[in-house]
Amino acid sequence: MKISESWLREWANPSIGTNDLVAQVTMAGLEVDAVEPVAGEFSGVVVGKIVAVTQHPDADKLRICQVEGHAEGMQQVVCGAPNAREGLIAPFAIIGAKLPGDFKIKKAKLRGVESFGMLCGQTELACGDDDSGLWELPSDAPVGVDLREYLDLNDKILELDLTPNRSDCLSVRGIAREVSVLNHCAYNPVAIEALAPEHNEVRQVSLNAGDACPRYVGRLIKGINNKAPSPSWLVEKLRRSGVASLGAVVDVTNYVLLELGQPMHAFDAAKVQGNITVRLAEAGEQLELLNDQTVTLKPNVLVIADEQKALAFAGVMGGKASAVSDDTTDILLESAFFAPIAIAGRARDFGLHTDSSHRYERGVDYQLQHQALERATGLIKDICGGQVGEVFSAVNEADLPKPAVITLNKNRLAKTLGLRLEDAQVERLLTGLGLELVEQNDDAWQFVGPSYRFDIAIDADLVEELARLYGYDKLPTRTPVFANELPSTPENAVSLRGLSAALVARGYREAITYSFVDPKVHAHFSEDKKVVTLKNPISADMADMRTSLLPGLVQALKYNLNRQQTRASLFESGLVFESGEPDSADTYPQSRRIAGLLYGNRQATTWCHAKEAIDFFDAKGDVEALLAVTRNSAAFSFVPCVQPASYMHPGQCADVRLDGRRVGFVGALHPSTAKALDCGKNIFVFELALEALLEGAVPAFNPLSRFPEVSRDLALVVEQSVNATVLEAAIAKAAGEHLKAVSLFDVYVGQGVPDGHKSLAYNLTFQHAERTLKDDEIQQAIDNVVKTLAEGYGANLR
Amino acid sequence: MENLAELTTQALKLVAEANELAELDHIRVEYLGKKGQITAQLKSLGKLSAEERPAAGAKINDAKVQVQDAMNARKAALENAAINAQLAAETIDVTLPGREAERGSLHPVTHTLNRIEDIFVRAGYSVEQGPEVEDDFHNFEALNIPSHHPARAMHDTFYVDERHVLRTHTSPVQIRTMLKRSGPLKVICPGRVYRCDSDLTHTPMFHQVEGLVVDKDVSFADLKGVVSQFLRTFFEADVPVRFRPSYFPFTEPSAEMDIQCTHCQGEGCRVCKQTGWLEVGGCGMVHPNVFKACDINPEEVSGFAFGMGVERLAMLRYGIKDLRMFFENDLEFLQQF
Repeated sequence: MKISESWLREWANPSIGTNDLVAQVTMAGLEVDAVEPVAGEFSGVVVGKIVAVTQHPDADKLRICQVEGHAEGMQQVVCGAPNAREGLIAPFAIIGAKLPGDFKIKKAKLRGVESFGMLCGQTELACGDDDSGLWELPSDAPVGVDLREYLDLNDKILELDLTPNRSDCLSVRGIAREVSVLNHCAYNPVAIEALAPEHNEVRQVSLNAGDACPRYVGRLIKGINNKAPSPSWLVEKLRRSGVASLGAVVDVTNYVLLELGQPMHAFDAAKVQGNITVRLAEAGEQLELLNDQTVTLKPNVLVIADEQKALAFAGVMGGKASAVSDDTTDILLESAFFAPIAIAGRARDFGLHTDSSHRYERGVDYQLQHQALERATGLIKDICGGQVGEVFSAVNEADLPKPAVITLNKNRLAKTLGLRLEDAQVERLLTGLGLELVEQNDDAWQFVGPSYRFDIAIDADLVEELARLYGYDKLPTRTPVFANELPSTPENAVSLRGLSAALVARGYREAITYSFVDPKVHAHFSEDKKVVTLKNPISADMADMRTSLLPGLVQALKYNLNRQQTRASLFESGLVFESGEPDSADTYPQSRRIAGLLYGNRQATTWCHAKEAIDFFDAKGDVEALLAVTRNSAAFSFVPCVQPASYMHPGQCADVRLDGRRVGFVGALHPSTAKALDCGKNIFVFELALEALLEGAVPAFNPLSRFPEVSRDLALVVEQSVNATVLEAAIAKAAGEHLKAVSLFDVYVGQGVPDGHKSLAYNLTFQHAERTLKDDEIQQAIDNVVKTLAEGYGANLR
Repeated sequence: MENLAELTTQALKLVAEANELAELDHIRVEYLGKKGQITAQLKSLGKLSAEERPAAGAKINDAKVQVQDAMNARKAALENAAINAQLAAETIDVTLPGREAERGSLHPVTHTLNRIEDIFVRAGYSVEQGPEVEDDFHNFEALNIPSHHPARAMHDTFYVDERHVLRTHTSPVQIRTMLKRSGPLKVICPGRVYRCDSDLTHTPMFHQVEGLVVDKDVSFADLKGVVSQFLRTFFEADVPVRFRPSYFPFTEPSAEMDIQCTHCQGEGCRVCKQTGWLEVGGCGMVHPNVFKACDINPEEVSGFAFGMGVERLAMLRYGIKDLRMFFENDLEFLQQF
C-alpha cells in the first residue's frame, strides 16, 4: 500500500520527521519498504499561463509563447510541446530555475528567437510518467505561485508492505489510527455529513447469498456532470497512491477506498434494469469485466445482478456494460460488506487481483458502509453536482461478523511478555486501537474488539498488540534455564555426519541437488516405480520427484563435464519418493538414501602416479569404507546382482546386503544409459538405504594370543564363474577352528592357467590362543581345505 | 733402529694418502702386521743391551700406536665421506606434493546445518526430521492456516495432489513432534523445503532450520534470549539483533529477526538495501490454535518457535553472493568448503 505522508498527517500529525516515522511504524509491524519523494528535486518553477502563441518563423515544431507567472511580468518562451496553446496553465521554469539532474535554466536563443525560461512536462520534473507534452494544470491553478507549494510536492510516498492480518491498515484511516496510538497524538478523522435527499427514487435490494453478503447499501445520484475534471488535490492524492485518474466518479470511489478502506462501485444507473440482487453466479454465466476480460463464472462466485443479468463480479471488479462513462448522468453508488471467505481466492481463480478483492479477502470494516457512501456522495456532489437520492440498504444483522469479546488475564499477559505493564498503559493502548473496555477486575480486563480488526479474536491477539505497541526492543530479554536430563545416547547409533566424513576422507564432494528432476532423465532410473509428479512444477524439466539420487548426481556430473572437469567424486544424501496406496497411512513412502558417483582417473594428474582409469573396485572400496563406519562390516555382503537395474552394467554390479536383505547396490552405470544421458563413459555409482547404515555395532573385545602365528599360501585354479567370496567362505569353513585370517593376494589369468579358469592365491594364517600349533595340525587343515575345494568347486592346486 | 723414524713417516704419509678402506688394510699389514716393517724393528731389540732395551721397545710401540691412530682416524673419515656421498646421492626435492592428499568436502549448507545443530544440541535440544511430501493438515491446517487463509498466498506451494504438498516450511515437523511426544520439548527441525518461486533471490528448494521450545511459563523474553544468543554464537560476533513485529499464522506475537548488516556494520549498503539490517528469520510464541491442533492445552504450557533460512545464514557467514550456486554443484564451488 502506497500512501502520501502529507495525507497521513492530515489524519494524525506526530511531531517527528519522516525517518523517525518510518522507523516507528516499521517497528510496530507495518513495514515500510520504500520512501520516495513525490517529485524530483527542482526549484524556481512556478504556475505559468500561456496568454499568447505565435508560430516560430524558422521552425515548424516550435512556437513562441507569451507566459504569465514571473514576478517581473510577461516572459517570452520558445516551446516545442504539441499541446502548447493559448490559455493553458503549466509549470513554468523561470530563468535561474534548477531542474532534476542539476539542469539550470538560462536565457537562450532558439533558431534566432530569444527564450526566457522553459515550460515543463511531468517527466522533466520527475513528477510522473506522462511525457506527451506540457503538464496541464487545472484551470483554477494560481498563476505565479511556486509549483512545489501549490501541489505540495515536498511530500513523500511511503510504501508499506502489510502482513495479511492487517487489513485495517489498507487505508489512510487505519494507518493514522496506528500512528496516533504510537505517538499519543490526536487522531483527526475526516468529518462526514449525511446529505439530505433531493429525490426519493430508490432500488430494492435483495440479499440472496446467505452470509456471503450481509450488508448492501446504495444510493442514486441523478443529473451529474461526469465530464467535470477531478480537482488537482484528488488527482495528486491518487497519483501518490499509484492510482491513475479515470474520471471524477471513479476517482472518488478510489479515493474513498484509499481513505477509509471501503471498496465502492458506481454503476451507470441508466444501464441497471430495475432492482438489485446479490446472489451467487449461475454455472456458466458470463460477464464482461471493466478490463475487457470476459469471464465464465462459477457458482462459488458472488455477483451483483439487476433484474436481467449479472452486473458485477462482487468484491472484485465491475462489469463493462454498466460502467460509468463521460456521458453518464445518473449513477448508482454501491457500498457493501462481503464476507472474506466469500471473496477469498475468487479473484485469483480468474487471474485477477484488484484493490477491492485485496481488501475484501482480508476483511473490510463491516460497520463502514453508510459512512463511506456518505463520504463518496459528498465528494461527487462537490465535483459533479447532481441530486442526491435516499440511501437504500439491505442488511442481515445475523450474518454480520460478531464483535469479539475477549478476556485478558493480567498474569497471563505478564508471563507471556516476561514483563508486567501498567494497567493504565494497557488500557490506553488497546482503547486507542478502538477496543472497548467493558469490564475489569483485579485479575483481568474484558474488551470488545472493533469492527475493522478481523485479526483480533482471542487474548493472544491482544498480547501481540500490546507487545508491538510497547516495542519489541523494549521488552525484556532473558536466558532461559531448562531442566536438562541427559538424553539417551545409543552407542551403536551411526550418524549421517560420520558416514559423510568417511566419503569426504576418500575424496568425495557433497552435492545437494533438487528433489525434483527432469522426467526425461528420470525415466532412465525410475524403472517400474510409481513416480510422484508435481501438479504445478516450476518448469517441465523439474516435474518428477526423484525415486533415486542418481539422476541428480548424473546431472551434476554433466554440469561439471561441461565446465572442463575431467574427474568427479560426488555424493548426496536425502529422500527419495514413491507413490504408494492412496489414502493409506503411507500415501507417499519417502526414505533416505546415500549415493555416490565416481568418474575419471583414480588420481588427479600428478607426478607420482601413472594415469589410471577407475574401475568397479574403486567404487566398491568406497562402499566398504562407508560400511566400516558402522563397525559392523561383517553383517554386510556383496553378491552379484541377480536382477540388475536396467541402468546398471549387468556384469559389473553387486547388491549390497545386510544380513541377507538387499539394502543397495554398487556398480558401473550401463554404457547405454551413460550415452543416452550424454555424460561420459565409465561412470561408477552406488546407492544405499541410509536406514541400513544408521545402526552399527558396539565393539566386543577378543583376547589376544601370545603364541606364534603360522602362515601358508595356497594358489587354487578354479573356473571363472566361481566367486571369490564363495571360495573364501569355503576355505574359512574347511580350515578349521585355528584359522585366524584368510586373505586373497593374487588373481591371475593367463599362461599356465587353462582357458576359462583363473588362479586365486590365498594366504592363510593360523594361531592358537593357548599354545603353539604343530606342523601336522596345520598340514591337516591345509589338506582339508584342498580336498574340500577340489570336491566342492573343482579347484586344483597350481 | 735408525730407520724407525723414517718408517713411521713413510707409513703416516701412506695413511694420509689412502682413499680406500682396502688401501688402509694393506698399509696395516705392511707396517704393523706380524711381518710388518715396524713390527720387524722389534727383532732388532735383541741386539741391544738390557738397559737400552726398554726405551727402544717403548719407541717402537709409540711408533705403532701413532700409525694405528692415524689409520683409525683416516678410516672414520673415509666411512663418513662414503655415507655423505650416499646421502647426497639420495637427496630429493621435498617440495614435490605428497601422495594421495586429496580430500573431499561437505556442502556449505551441510556445514551450516552442522554448526547450527552443534550449537543447539550442546544446549540440550534434540534434532527432529519429517517427510517432505506433507499433507495439508501438518503443513497448513494444524499451523492455523485454513484453506482460504490469505497467508496461503504467502506460500507458493507445490502440489502433489489435492491434499498433499511439498512442505513449504519445516514447521510441520513441529506438529509431528508435538503429536508424538509429551512434556517439555526442546527441538530443532532442519531440512529441505519447497516454494514455487525461482529468480535471482529464490530457488524452488532451500533449507530451513526451525526451533521449538515448549514448557511451563516460557515467555517472549526467553525467545528473544535464545534467538539473540544463537545468532551471536553462530556469527562469532557481538552482532546487534532486532525483533520486528510481523505476522505468521502459527505464532503470536510474531517477529522477524534482523541482525545488523554484517557487510556495512549498520551504515547502510547494497547488501542491506540501505536499512543497516539483514532479515535472518521469523519467530514467535506458539499460537494457541497450534497447541490445540496437537492436543496440548494452551492454558497449561506455552512455547516459542523460530525459523531461519540456512542458505541465507551460509551466504552471510561465507560471503557467498549468488543463491543459485548452492544447487549447481560446480566442483569449483564445492571444493571451497
